[in-house]
Amino acid sequence: MDFMNSRRNFLKVSALTGGGILFGLVFPSFETNDTSTALADYMPNIYIKIKPDGKIVLMAPNPEIGQGVKTSLPIIIAEELGVDWKKIEVELAPLDNRYGRQTAGGSGAIRGRYADLRKMGAAAREMFVNAAAQIWSVSAADCIADDGMVIHKSSGKKLSYGELASKAVTMQIPANPTLKDPKDFKYIGTRITDVDVHSIVTGKPLFGIDTRREGMLFAMIARSPAYGKTLGNVDDTKARKVNGVKNVIKLKNSVAVLATSTWAAKKGRDALVIQWNTTGKLENSSDHFAGFKEILEKGPTTVGRNDGDVEIAKQKATKVLDVYYEIPTLSHCQMEPLNFFADVRDGKVELYGPTQVPDQLRNDVAEKLGINKDNITVVVPRQGGGFGRKLMTDNGVEAALVSAAAQSPVQVQWTREDDMQNDFYRPAEMYRYRAALTANELLAWHQSAVGIGRGIRGDSYVAGAMVNYRSDSQGFNSNTPTGWWRAPGACTMAYVAESFFDEICLELKKDPVAFRLDFFKKAKDAPVGRLGYDPIKYKTVVELVAKMSNWGTTPTGVYRGFATWFSFGSYAAQVVEVKLEDGKPRVTKVYCAVYCGRVINLSGAENQIQGAIVDGINHAMFPKVTFVDGAVQETNFNTYNFLRMYDAPLDIEVKFVESDEAPTGLGEPALPPIAAALGNAIFAATGKRLRRLPFAGQL
Amino acid sequence: MAKYSLSINGKIMSVEADDDTPLLWVLRDNLNLVGTKFGCGVAQCGACTVDLDGEALRSCVLPVSAVGKRKVVTIEGLSEDGDHPLQKAWEELDVSQCGYCQSGQLMAASTLLKSTPDPTDQQIDEAMTNICRCGTQVRIRKAIHLAAKKLNTK
Repeated sequence: MDFMNSRRNFLKVSALTGGGILFGLVFPSFETNDTSTALADYMPNIYIKIKPDGKIVLMAPNPEIGQGVKTSLPIIIAEELGVDWKKIEVELAPLDNRYGRQTAGGSGAIRGRYADLRKMGAAAREMFVNAAAQIWSVSAADCIADDGMVIHKSSGKKLSYGELASKAVTMQIPANPTLKDPKDFKYIGTRITDVDVHSIVTGKPLFGIDTRREGMLFAMIARSPAYGKTLGNVDDTKARKVNGVKNVIKLKNSVAVLATSTWAAKKGRDALVIQWNTTGKLENSSDHFAGFKEILEKGPTTVGRNDGDVEIAKQKATKVLDVYYEIPTLSHCQMEPLNFFADVRDGKVELYGPTQVPDQLRNDVAEKLGINKDNITVVVPRQGGGFGRKLMTDNGVEAALVSAAAQSPVQVQWTREDDMQNDFYRPAEMYRYRAALTANELLAWHQSAVGIGRGIRGDSYVAGAMVNYRSDSQGFNSNTPTGWWRAPGACTMAYVAESFFDEICLELKKDPVAFRLDFFKKAKDAPVGRLGYDPIKYKTVVELVAKMSNWGTTPTGVYRGFATWFSFGSYAAQVVEVKLEDGKPRVTKVYCAVYCGRVINLSGAENQIQGAIVDGINHAMFPKVTFVDGAVQETNFNTYNFLRMYDAPLDIEVKFVESDEAPTGLGEPALPPIAAALGNAIFAATGKRLRRLPFAGQL
Repeated sequence: MAKYSLSINGKIMSVEADDDTPLLWVLRDNLNLVGTKFGCGVAQCGACTVDLDGEALRSCVLPVSAVGKRKVVTIEGLSEDGDHPLQKAWEELDVSQCGYCQSGQLMAASTLLKSTPDPTDQQIDEAMTNICRCGTQVRIRKAIHLAAKKLNTK
């Protein structure tokens, strides 16, 4: 993700704050600019709405994909604003450039917005206080704000924010509002339940797939059954005869069937007779891996880092450990299959549906349809998972194209098979790791990597703590599309690097925890070249998880594995416990220590860590995508294996290192180390070193 | 198209649909009961789970013509006021992340508690075969135990 960009946006928003545009009087409602409405909302700024009945609504500016920001972002505003959390409402903000970076990705929402949202809440609080002080003709310094009220300390007079709203929005906007002392925080750092949980457990229509509009048609689309094939002749005679089918629309490389129900659209789509012409290479996964191997044997072309001289070290070594690790292609499998609602009529576009990048979607639709951005609205409902799939805008763009062609509001619904054959996959990769060893020393670490697409970047923390370190990589050309999958890069590299580290510990007869601590000491005392992490923070999480798990005193019948990784600004260290059931390892418990700066919502934060661990156990154990002649073989959950309740740990104990620092990423950092920690535990239990994902078929 | 009278959430509802239409799409598209979710269409993920005469059933593969007189309960009918012990436990433990699979999880859990009021971990493993990519399984397990406790102390 582009963090520099989010930083720039933050500065821009701050500048606007001073200039009074962002905080400008927005009355009655910035959304409609409809001055005729008598009962309008007051908005001290775009994050805070006071409804005519006094109810306070806080806006959550980033898409909610299950990472909890619809709850945690408003918590930050509420904290500084001084309102009763139980009495406020939360809305997901529509796409509006005044909100800055409205993206769900890169574990960036909280860390990008923390400082800014505090300022927004604090500025509005001061406006309420100033309004009350003026009404009472007292000094603002004699007033306090709490639970949505301004109170005059000496007289005890009170006015609610609702009562003050009309006056407050006429107050001058404070350029540098006073922020709360974190020791006075009421909500930040506490356990707060997801704002939508009641709607979720009662089945309310929260998701894009639940969209139902007057006159809306349901659409399904026939897309190419294999990469390398393109649309040829289409015979839609049978499709048009299907009960409920209203229209068939040929797009550039696909065919949409529109009907009065999802099922009719699917039956119509499936009744199309389409000739798909082979116009490109029909690729096989087996060829990908053979190609990777060839490159790794020759040596990849791009050098990422080269400290000291690994070749001389290899010559000095008494043993060179030389191993290959394999990572399969993966689908995203967010639980809500892709869909999107679009209404393109009279030069105006309404888009409503799941995307992690609403701004990008608007740009893409504007370009494809030749319609000015100002005539396009994008509203993003709660989403059934993201995991990086919806950083691509294809689902929204496609819906807009279908609606434009049909001149009708449409909901395009994907089946699971559509989703899995038309993904932007986590790329297949292969790694070669070499370690130059003596009987008790690691002389050099040589990481070589190759993957579909752009190749692999990044290094383990041993880079910076090793005199002789080299990483090199190479991309592999393929027409199978790749994209971002939760904790991109880190999710696979941590598995490989931390498994290999365990192999080295075994060779050198070192304790995995103690040996890692040696590296962090070296990195701190005598760093070699650039250091991409803080060794003290790494040491802190490793020591904490060792303490939590009572590392070194393994109970009978329990086998343990350890791994740690730094990603998205945060540090995670994990101990996995497995037991053997019928000779097969079962994960029973995971301990995880996390260093992520200040925690905003303890319940949500724990959920992210526990979820990332379970998600990571899944990718370690079960799924893979195989291409045969360009077609995906695993197109649904009957062939794409997935973790079930039995495979999840019985307990995941999470501890956050207490910190006053600004928050860092949380949606991704606990995923990368878990596959290695699990593989290392499986090795402890079975003596099998698993160098290929997924593990399940190898046990 | 044929006419069907279905017993859904305690009411008789009349729908017109092709006989091969899965109950899932009748619920979602004909009756606007969209709490039951589509996830895979092949009876694997469990997002579409409903209670059919007390049994957890994947509604994405049950044709409307095969429902007959059996009583269907969806997430919308799990309780009148959203206060089923499972729903309360889910809220108390803040189980959901994205939330998409949770109505199916709740329906699977509610049929489990009907037959097994105080399930063991092993019984939970066997009954709860739904998929959740967010990884809420650990909290789901705890919430089922909590709901069982609430039910049994009522």
